[in-house]
This record gives sequence, C-alpha cells and structure tokens, in this order.
Amino acid sequence: MTTKTRAARKPKTNYLFEDSDWNFDTMHRTYDAIQDVALNDLGLDIYPNQIEIISSEQMLDAYASHGMPLMYRHWAFGKRFVREEQMYRKGYTGLAYEIVINSNPCISYNMEENTMAIQTLVMAHAAFGHNHFFKNNYLFQQWTDADGILDYLDFAKTYVTKCEERHGYDAVEEILDSAHALMDQGVFRYRRRPKLNLREQLRRERERQEYEDRTFNDLWRTLPKCGPEGKETKTDEELAQRKQRLKLPEENLLYFIEKNSPVLEPWQREILRIVRNISQYFYPQKQTKVMNEGCATFVHHYIANELNVRGQLSEGALLEILHSHSNVIYQPPFDHPHYSGLNPYALGFAMMQDIKRICTEPTDEDREWFPEIAGCDDWRKVLKDAWANYRDESFIRQFLSPRLIREFKLFVLGDDTEDTHYTVGGIHDERGYQRVRESLARSYDIGLIEPDVQVVDVDLKGDRMLKLRHNIRDGVPLARRNRDEVMRHVRHLWGYDVLLTGADSESGEKRYELSTADKKEKD
Amino acid sequence: MTHFIDRRLNPKDKSLGNRQRFLKRARAQIKEVVSRSIKDRNVTDVASGETISIPTKGIGEPRLRNSRTGGRRERVFTGNREFQTGDRIAKPPQGGEGGASKEGSNEGQGEDEFQFALTRDEFLELFFEDLELPDLIKTSLKEIQAYKWRRAGFTAAGVPCNINVPRTMRNSLGRRLALNRPRTYQVEALEAEIEALEAKDHLTTFEHSHLDELKEQLARMERKRKAVPYLDPVDIRYSHFQPRPEPNTNAVMFCLMDVSGSMGEREKDLAKRFFMLLHLFLQRRYDRIEVVFIRHTHEAQEVDEETFFYSRETGGTVVSTALVEMLKVVRERYPTQDWNIYAAQASDGENYRGDSEKCIELLNQELMPLCQYYAYIEILDERETELFQDSDSGAALWRSYRTVGEAWPNFAMKRIAKPGDIYPVFRELFAKQEQSK
Repeated sequence: MTTKTRAARKPKTNYLFEDSDWNFDTMHRTYDAIQDVALNDLGLDIYPNQIEIISSEQMLDAYASHGMPLMYRHWAFGKRFVREEQMYRKGYTGLAYEIVINSNPCISYNMEENTMAIQTLVMAHAAFGHNHFFKNNYLFQQWTDADGILDYLDFAKTYVTKCEERHGYDAVEEILDSAHALMDQGVFRYRRRPKLNLREQLRRERERQEYEDRTFNDLWRTLPKCGPEGKETKTDEELAQRKQRLKLPEENLLYFIEKNSPVLEPWQREILRIVRNISQYFYPQKQTKVMNEGCATFVHHYIANELNVRGQLSEGALLEILHSHSNVIYQPPFDHPHYSGLNPYALGFAMMQDIKRICTEPTDEDREWFPEIAGCDDWRKVLKDAWANYRDESFIRQFLSPRLIREFKLFVLGDDTEDTHYTVGGIHDERGYQRVRESLARSYDIGLIEPDVQVVDVDLKGDRMLKLRHNIRDGVPLARRNRDEVMRHVRHLWGYDVLLTGADSESGEKRYELSTADKKEKD
Repeated sequence: MTHFIDRRLNPKDKSLGNRQRFLKRARAQIKEVVSRSIKDRNVTDVASGETISIPTKGIGEPRLRNSRTGGRRERVFTGNREFQTGDRIAKPPQGGEGGASKEGSNEGQGEDEFQFALTRDEFLELFFEDLELPDLIKTSLKEIQAYKWRRAGFTAAGVPCNINVPRTMRNSLGRRLALNRPRTYQVEALEAEIEALEAKDHLTTFEHSHLDELKEQLARMERKRKAVPYLDPVDIRYSHFQPRPEPNTNAVMFCLMDVSGSMGEREKDLAKRFFMLLHLFLQRRYDRIEVVFIRHTHEAQEVDEETFFYSRETGGTVVSTALVEMLKVVRERYPTQDWNIYAAQASDGENYRGDSEKCIELLNQELMPLCQYYAYIEILDERETELFQDSDSGAALWRSYRTVGEAWPNFAMKRIAKPGDIYPVFRELFAKQEQSK
C-alpha cells in the first residue's frame, strides 16, 4: 500500500529509496525486495529474521561479549570493551556495519549510522547470506542449537549472577578465569555427540539441583574420607580398565574435569559446563570463516546487482554498495604494510564467484579439474551444496581452482627452525597448484592450528595426578608463558598436581615434561 | 515474517558491569599509574580524564596456543612476484628467535602494556580514593540541628494538600464492603429490570407484585446508598511528615595564598597546583561546600577563583593581613554555628619582620577556635630542602607556626619543594584519619 502511494507521488522511478537516510518504511520495503531475490531467485533457505537497529555504543557493548546479546559478566569482557572503545574513540578502527547471531529467529544488529544503501548491503549480507549459511551448513546443524541458544545464554547469565550472590565475586571469577583458559580445549572435535538440545539441558540442570537439595544430608560430610592407598604395582590390564572406565584419552579437557575433578563443587561444575557449551557453540564459526563470509559477500553482491537490474536500486546506491564491498574484499600482497594474512572475505568471495564462473563459462582447465560441475550451468545448486556440506579446509581442498591461485599469485613458504633459509615450496604454476591448494587447506584445518592436548591417564584412587599429553605436530611447541599459566589453571580446577608430557605425534618420542608439582618447589 | 526492532533507546551501558569488574581487577596497577601521572602534569589536565596504559600482568588471558616459532611449518602468501619453486630466502638476521619476544601473545595482542581510557569520574575516584576532610562534623555543633522533613506514616488530620489518595480510597473501599453498600451495577441492574417490566403493556398479577417488590428493593438500596456514602470523612488519611534533625555539614574552605614578589613563578605555580588539587577534591567530595579565595601581599583581598589562580600581583609580604581578612569574612558570612570552617594557607615562609608574632596571636586567639582544620604549606626552594629537612629549622613563619601546631591538634604544616611532593603531601593531609581525636 505504501509503495502505491509513494509511486503515485513519484511516478518516474520505482527505486526502493532515493535519500541516503533510512527510515523503517524504506527498510521494510527494501527488505521485501531483497527477500524476493533471495528466496525466489537464489532459493535461499533462512531462519525468520529479526533485525535490530542499534547505536554505536551498543555496538561496542556487543563487540565486548562475543557479539552475543546476553552474556554472563566477567572482567575479560570489560577489558575487551575498554580496548575497543579506546581504538574507536581514537579513530584507529571503524565499527562493523552489522553483527549477526546464529539463532532462531536469526538476530542481526544494524548500526543506526549506516546510510540506506549500506543498510541494504547489510540486510542482504547478514539477514540472508549468513542466515542461510547458519541454517544449512552441516557443522552448525550438527554442533549448535539455534533454537535454544538465547534461552541458554539467559540461563547462563542468571546462573552466574546467582553464583556470584551466593559464593562471592572472587570465587566465581576464579573459576571462570580457569575455565576460560581451557576454552579452546573445551570442545568435542571428532566424536559425534547426540544432537544437543539446550532447552533440555536447562531442564535437566534444574532437576539435578532440586534432587541435590532434596537429598542433601549433612551427615555425609562427617564420613571419614578414604585415604589414598593405591597399590604399588598396577598390571597393564588394570590400567587399561581404568582408562576404559574414564573413557580415556579425552580431548575435551573441560568436559573431563567437569565430570571427574575431585575438588569442584556442583556449582563450579555447572559453570564449567556453561563455558564448555558456549565454546562448542562458537566452534563451527571458527572453522568456516572463509565460507561464511564468502557466502554472505556473494549473496549481497548478487542481490545488489539484481536489484539494480530490476530497476529498484539507483546507480548511485549501487555504487556506494560496491565501494564498501570492494573495501571489504581488498587483499594486499604479502609485502604490503597492511598485509595480515589472507582476507577471508576476499578469498571466500573470489571462490564463490569462481564456482559460478566454472559452472557457466568453463575453460578446458576447469573441465579437467572440476569435471562434475564444469559447465553444468546450475550454479545455484552447486553453491548451495558447497555451503551446506563443507568447512573451510575441505572447501578449499575441493574448490580452489588453478585460475584463482594464479589470480591471487599464491605461493607456499616453508619454514624449518633448523634451517637458515625459508624455502618456497610451490607457486602458482602447473607444478605448484596441488601443493598450494593442499597447504592452504591445511592452514584452515582447526585440528592442525590448535594444539592437540589430551587427558591420557589419572589414578583417582592413588595420587590423583592428572596426566596430560601434548601431541607435538611437526615439532611446533606450545607458546611458553601461556602454557605455564594454563597449567596453573588446570591445577586449580583439578585440585591435584598436573603433569603435561609433550611427545612427537609421529615417533611418539618424549620431548618435554612439565609438572605443577616441581613448579611449586622452585617457587 | 521479519521484525525490525529499534534498540537505540535501550540502555547503553550493558558493559558497565564488566568494565567495573575489569577496573577492580587491575586496580592496583591503575592506581599506581594514576598517582604517578599527577607528578608532572597540570592539575586541570588531570581532571579531564586520562588515557593510561598498565602492564598486562594480572589481566592476561592465557590459552594453550602453538608457538609462533619452532618446528616445521608452511604458510601460504599472496602477491608473489619473483619467487620460483625451490627458491631459498634468507631469514631475517634475528633468525628464529626474532619472534621469541612475541611468544605468549594472546590473539596477537601480547603487548606488554595495555592501553585504555578512564573516564573523568573513574579517574578522580581513584585519584582521591581514601581521602576525606577531617572532622567534617563539628563536635560542638552536633546538637545544633538543621531539620529535614521525612515521611512518617499517615495521620487522620492534616492539610488537604497532603491527602494520601491510595490510603484514603483503601479505607473507603473497606468501609463500603463492611457496611454492605449496594454497588452501582446492582442498582443499575434493578432499574433495568423495573424498566423492562414497566415497558410491558399487560402485566400478570405475579408480575405486578414482582414489580412492587423490585421498586421497594430499589428504594431500600437508594436509602442505604445515602446512609453509607462513597467517601466519608473518616476514610481520609493524610501523609504525615516529621522533622528529622540533620547534622550540620555546611563547610567552607578558605584558601590563603601569598602572591607577593618574594614568591617566584615556581613557588606560585606549586602553591596553585596544590590549591587546584584541593579545589578539585572539594568539588568532588562535597556538594555543599563553599570555597573562599584570599590572596595577599602586604594587603589582603578576597578574590574569585579565576583571579586567584591566574592573575599576577606584586608587593611586600604581611601574612597577618590575610588572617585578618579571613576573620572578617568568617564574621560576616560564615557564623560558626552554621558552618564548619577549614583553611589552607600556602606561603614561601617569608614575612614582614615582627608580623609573625601577630599571626600567632591571631591564630591562637581568634582563628583556631573557629577552625575545624588548618593546613599550612610552605613552598621551599629545591636547594633548601636539605637545609630544612629538620622541622626545627626554617623561615620565620615556619618557626612561629610550630608553636601553634604544638598547641592545636587540628593544625598541620607541611613542606613542598617540587611538583612531585604535592600529591603525597596532599594525601598525608587529608588521608582518612581514625585516630584524629
């Protein structure tokens, strides 16, 4: 109806908007137009959208807490906040145009400072691009619960606040500090676990608590504790049994400590569970940066152009969108002062465009490298299939084309500490394509980027020393100072000494050993 | 279906709690930086808030990470120009150890210093933490009271403007229920019924009698409604207020400064800095404090803040004039029964010969009985500091004032020789004292 009245006033154009200022009327109209392209042309599949307009201060707030609308309180978020604020006030960094949350309904925050053209870009990017990716990518489907996350965060926030009231700020802060130190080791990487339902977990936690309150009996406290009286000799069989019982080795340190730590109180375990769940929730995002941004960037680029073709978007607005689009996908070369690694937006967008090109105008080279999709013409299906079934590592391994390698002029540089020189392992030529692709894919494999530390053994009836093992890959050690501090945190959570053994992942040869017990003697 | 939600009016400071937690965490380090920052800075600058950087110690967030150096690794870069497969590139001179200092960095932010801005309030809060005007409440004045009206329940009598409507209506409702006052809707229902019956052309005998019955019922109701009024004078309640005595916390601070020729630029600057700090402190801590600025050469005058801090004057030095002026102002405007009086005086210790005795007399006889607290700051030449380390020796005024200090416990004197001394001395003077009496 509004469109009609407006059209009546301005019969000449059917642009969605002409001013650069936005209002809710134009936002609605533009949203509908974008939705038409996204659903009917691209065929995206999305969660319902909830778009929120926020001010720059609120954006800073959101930055500080992982971009989540709800978060428990902790000083580290405050630290992040003061830093971001400082950077922003001094003009070192601008703020993002939007933040989008993997939830159902999908919440995206748009800044009020954006012009209408930028709002268009942002809606197409976040509310459709990211939204589609969140809903369809297998990692998100498997590991995150978009329906329950907001409820769960709400629960987490109130729970932590309640703990603070009951046990004091300092006690809660201590446990959160320690839990945060192990956040990266608080995810299940490989084991497929039952589809998690955060709402269900919430209910279970309440039940647990009630049961404990009901059955609480102070007398239990007065029972004499069994002293450590482990037998001296342990047969291999017993050892194996013990490991079997504890389901060792365990890669999720937070999980193991939560379930088995001899010293933690129930509320402390619950806090560990909260940190673990949040870490798990973010785990897919870490593995799909290139794809996620590539998908969103591709979608906004396509939609903006399509709207222009349909005569709904003026040339000026399109130009403004393309201007910020090209800023976002700028990729400086390696020797440029602004170089800071590969830009995920640039790489992602280029790959999506490239796939579309391979589908519609393949060269002979493409036919050789991508026989299944070259010239199939249905690029929408190919892209959606890729968005649903890959993560960065496998996506690059599958879809990085020689043409793109040439375009980006990619090359591999090998670095061995024992060597005095770096070696160029492969460049953008016939011999190097496979090598570059392989190496780039590996650099996005989170299993290889993050150190592999596992619980291997603990004698709960004996000295209770927690034995961790660091599998050293390619001889890459752990960062020293951090390692020692994290070990102190593990000790704090476990309550008994912790032994970290570093061993080469291939030969199994022991490289170093670190025990919190020795540490104390030294200090 | 999509929703647009305008969140711009939502509260902004969602991170405030986190920010406070962070400041608390880093408090010790921040405080150190804050007190260091006063030393070399103009006080007015300080008051505008501060960007500070503190060591990351204690606010690090350790994670297990792979080291940036060591081992065998491969990285992919963009923008190759001249490299060919198999090329060997010399490592930068520091070799593998180059990044060692960066080891332990956390998400690439492993700087040793963490920089951020404190707001003016946060800064001053830390800056003046633990400081208090000594003996704010005048012992002799504790019985002399100022009154403040406080709520004190309800009364049945009072002035109409104090009627408490909710309480009154509650009483009214209770009374109406208890006395069974017919409700309006009941009356209306009855009336409607009667009307319906009367509208009929023919009425049966039963209906006739029923109509009469109803009419009588209605009359009864009307009577009762008259007898039990909607609002009765007995329902009415008034909010009651009672005067509550308030201890007297009006305070006035006298700032006395010597601006004569013997005070060089440096001395004046130090004195001004001290007073500015004092001024800032007073402004922040007490909303109801007045400050009187008196400067003197061989004659004294009361001036406004601006003139006090920024204008120049030359002349001789007669300290007692300032004390006389102060006494005059106290007598005129600040009667002791209403005001707590504080004074701070800064001087280089020079005085007109023979005047010091007059000062002692003035202080002992007149001013000290009136004052809650009197602080004297002597500005020294830096070369003199060693000479005057002992508090026995000193210029004429210092020696004279010592006798006052011995006689009055609420008299304090300190020496300042360089900007760095100001803050410690200031803290010493105004540190919260438990053993003050």
